[in-house]
Amino acid sequence: MNTTIADLAGVDRIIAEHGGRADALIQVLLDVQAEISWLPADALARIAERLDVPPALVQHITTFYKAFSLVPKGRHRVHVCMGTACHVRGALRILDTVEELTGLAPGETDPDLKFSLETVNCLGCCALGPVIEIDGKTHGNVSLARTEDVLKSYE
Amino acid sequence: MSEVRLQIDGKEVRAEEGATILETARAAGIEIPTLCLHEALEPFGGCRLCVVEVEAGGWSRLVVSCVYTVAEGLVVRTRNKKIDRTRKMLLELLLAHAPDSPPLQELAAEYGADRDRFGQETSFCVHCGLCVRYCAEVKGLHAVGFIDRGIRKEISFLPEIAAKECRDCMECFPLCPTSYLQAAFVLVEAFTSR
Repeated sequence: MNTTIADLAGVDRIIAEHGGRADALIQVLLDVQAEISWLPADALARIAERLDVPPALVQHITTFYKAFSLVPKGRHRVHVCMGTACHVRGALRILDTVEELTGLAPGETDPDLKFSLETVNCLGCCALGPVIEIDGKTHGNVSLARTEDVLKSYE
Repeated sequence: MSEVRLQIDGKEVRAEEGATILETARAAGIEIPTLCLHEALEPFGGCRLCVVEVEAGGWSRLVVSCVYTVAEGLVVRTRNKKIDRTRKMLLELLLAHAPDSPPLQELAAEYGADRDRFGQETSFCVHCGLCVRYCAEVKGLHAVGFIDRGIRKEISFLPEIAAKECRDCMECFPLCPTSYLQAAFVLVEAFTSR
């Protein structure tokens, strides 16, 4: 997966799949992001031009929804659950450990694009707390030592 | 277009179907305060200062009159204790962002709003959207837009467009009920004219 679009053919293909209609803007943005994990400025400019949507509106929408990222994301998405159940079972210490091991604060991505760290408010599996989720895989009942093992298993 | 009859502040009035309460009231000589309304722009419903109470079918509630369309038999009140209290609160919240805005201070005097009621967070922007909508609807330039949301929402000029268009236009400047827009524009211009 590239984090930059060498040529905009991929973006044009996605736009064509949605019929180039302005009302498909959000879907186009989501699909582009699904392929390259973030939304680079040149892709946004192309989308605005092809869908005939003002760039100001594209800017409004991409900054409004938390699902969109205007900065590159790492290969692995780490979500640390800070929900109530996880919180009382030590989520704060788990987060501290993850921050220390990755060198990232929540919302950040390292320069090697290995990890992106986010906190979430509840992953919906409170019985497994404290929970961290990496690339959609849930790691439950993590201790500080296991958090380290889990993170080290990702390249 | 059929006509509907309704009552505003005890006065029987007629209005075209699809008209808003605000324009109907103003046509009947009843004044309702507004901040985000502009004659050349679509109603926005952003500032909420034009709240009125409507009564229909035995219940009453507060609605935003600039976007609420008239209906047959509607009973509207544009001024009472509840409305005044609501407008006072709205003004106090807006004043927290723009304490020295002349139109806000004028309304604050009328409704007894205290500009220091809430901790001041002087962003100078009250999100009325006048500049954004004027640029989009009247000029068709879209040089300025909203970014982010909630407490972080703000206006932002697009440097690519602003650098080309804004210097010869600046028609949105006098629309601003605070002084924020000018400052924001100057800021972006400083960034782009390097």
